Amino acid sequence: MGQNLYHKVFDRHCVAQLPSGQYQLFIGLHLIHEVTSPQAFAMVREQNLNVPFPELTFATVDHIIPTTGAGRQRPLQDPLAEEMLQHIEQNTADFGINFFSPEKGEQGVVHVVGPERGLTQPGMTIACGDSHTSTHGAFGTLAFGIGTSQVADVLATQTLAMAKLKVRRINFTGALQSGVYAKDVALAYINRLGVNGGVGYAYEFGGEVIERMTMEERMTVCNMSIEGGARCGYVNPDQITFDYLKGRDYCPEGEAWERAVADWQTLASDADADYDDIIEIKGEDIEPFVTWGITPAQSVGVGQNLPAVDSFAEADQIVVREAYEYMSFEEGQPIAGTPVNVVFIGSCTNGRMSDLREAAKFVKGRKVAEGVRALAVPGSQEVARQAIAEGLDKVFDEAGFQWREAGCSMCLAMNPDQLQGNEISASTSNRNFKGRQGSPTGRTLLMSPAMAAVAAVEGKVTDVREHLEN
Amino acid sequence: MAGKTVTTLTGSGIPLRGNDIDTDRIIPARFLKCVTFDGIGEHAFKDDIKGLAAKGETHPFADDRFAHAAILVANQNFGCGSSREHAPQSLKRWGIRAIIAESYSEIFYGNCVSLAIPCFTADHETCAKLQDAIESNPDAQFTVDIAQSTVTGPCGSITLQIQSGAQSQLLDGSWNARASLLENLDAAKAVASNLPYVSSYT
Ligand code: SF4
Repeated sequence: MGQNLYHKVFDRHCVAQLPSGQYQLFIGLHLIHEVTSPQAFAMVREQNLNVPFPELTFATVDHIIPTTGAGRQRPLQDPLAEEMLQHIEQNTADFGINFFSPEKGEQGVVHVVGPERGLTQPGMTIACGDSHTSTHGAFGTLAFGIGTSQVADVLATQTLAMAKLKVRRINFTGALQSGVYAKDVALAYINRLGVNGGVGYAYEFGGEVIERMTMEERMTVCNMSIEGGARCGYVNPDQITFDYLKGRDYCPEGEAWERAVADWQTLASDADADYDDIIEIKGEDIEPFVTWGITPAQSVGVGQNLPAVDSFAEADQIVVREAYEYMSFEEGQPIAGTPVNVVFIGSCTNGRMSDLREAAKFVKGRKVAEGVRALAVPGSQEVARQAIAEGLDKVFDEAGFQWREAGCSMCLAMNPDQLQGNEISASTSNRNFKGRQGSPTGRTLLMSPAMAAVAAVEGKVTDVREHLEN
Repeated sequence: MAGKTVTTLTGSGIPLRGNDIDTDRIIPARFLKCVTFDGIGEHAFKDDIKGLAAKGETHPFADDRFAHAAILVANQNFGCGSSREHAPQSLKRWGIRAIIAESYSEIFYGNCVSLAIPCFTADHETCAKLQDAIESNPDAQFTVDIAQSTVTGPCGSITLQIQSGAQSQLLDGSWNARASLLENLDAAKAVASNLPYVSSYT
């Protein structure tokens, strides 16, 4: 019986088994940002510890950073945000850690920056004090979101204590219909397996649908593994992975590149690999999805009506009822036609070039509906530069979108980009939790960038397939 | 550098009903704007508390009857969502010292272990029974025993589950993994030197 990638990569990085029964795993790439790292550096300092591998840690600032040019003037207007930015500047300088700063033009959402610089490479273990670290699994890495005490563990030892996971292979067979995107694939498996279906598992995504996907699409699929409860998610590396990485800043070159590719090819799961569970989802069955509730599993195809409370298992009915009450939606109502107040295109799920391009197709030459506030937020300064070079900023601008600077923005609204009152937002981000987008009563509908773009011009949730001729 | 050992904890309970209570609800994102965890306990469930108050209802974390509670009883998938340690930090600073729930998100569970907060699991009926018992007598004292994996209180002694790794870490004071990780630093360096990418495939 062959091995899957999870076990191959795990074994390579295993340092020891700990008295607790967990394993000590070497972490090849550590990414940090301003929200979950200051307390970790304080822990390292308090214990008088060193950072033995500073060259394996990279930092950026994304969560608190304002996304308007004026808002980025230092000191930042919000003194708490300024303090956090100063901490990451100081901590990275003190410990010799590379900081992708806005001044250098290298800043962006941590999970956008790592891959675009070529830091994320197949066969690595990656950790970051951020749950969407699973994004990096698109490259065939084991990538884990960790808490702040663990950030301190990685700083001080470049290792983590981890239990071994089970591996569930999710096969997406066949092909997607047009108008169905990677985001819909993500919402589909979460809808099918639930928000805690993945607890105890690593998800391996495969099948024809995934094999055909670009790296950016695979990142979208892996990004949301954590929303399905999985500790990490990955795709086996292949030629598409290697083509994406070739020539990027931190990738090997020349003969070293050839050796790297040869090594990476050995890491993909063997054809006869063993799995703890295998699930199949037909690509043809996936519709454009929209969430209607307060967990990412509470979603329906855009053509469907909202489900009846009693169609859920009894244990889930409390949260379903809570969702209906919070969203002010009724069982049985169609999701299509739901008016939206805000549209947010961005985040580590859907803030990359292909997302902006896809959204731009649907807004080009059209206008954002009256009364709708629409934001297009590139995932990194590099994405922004490319988008501007392609003229996408103008497309969004002329349609009435606000074209912004790179950051997490309204994905979690720790900066000034926030919902007001109980506004409804069509959002390309990954969480529709209560209050997630900055207003304690704000409402979030998750969807693909194409669906969000169409919602912006129509002013309401609309099936993107009706707009495909555009 | 082993921490204190945790064997038993005694206190009154607090019930928090419903599945999928996420970290954004435990501690809304705007309270993550901080460079220390000090004071973060005051903000636990801030928006849920406000939301219920607007409807004339009281959230357990704002209910005087539970103000001194130490043992939280929740339902499925507790602490799902973000990796923010701010969530268990805020519960701990609010006064929570042990949690009993049907299931947890894994990152949250791990964060709790590293703060020496024991997280037990039990089935739905047991959690509901404990929640009912706490509601009918908010002052009732419960004792959780880590070695026995039990909770003892007005409903008698109930067997719970706890992950064996977490259990031994609490009992021997090694819940802060850093000490054991540091002991193997040389072995970690040896693993690094065998990883082709660490030396850029040269
Ligand atoms: S874009 Fe959203 S999900 Fe991604 S790192 Fe930022 S806040 Fe987290």
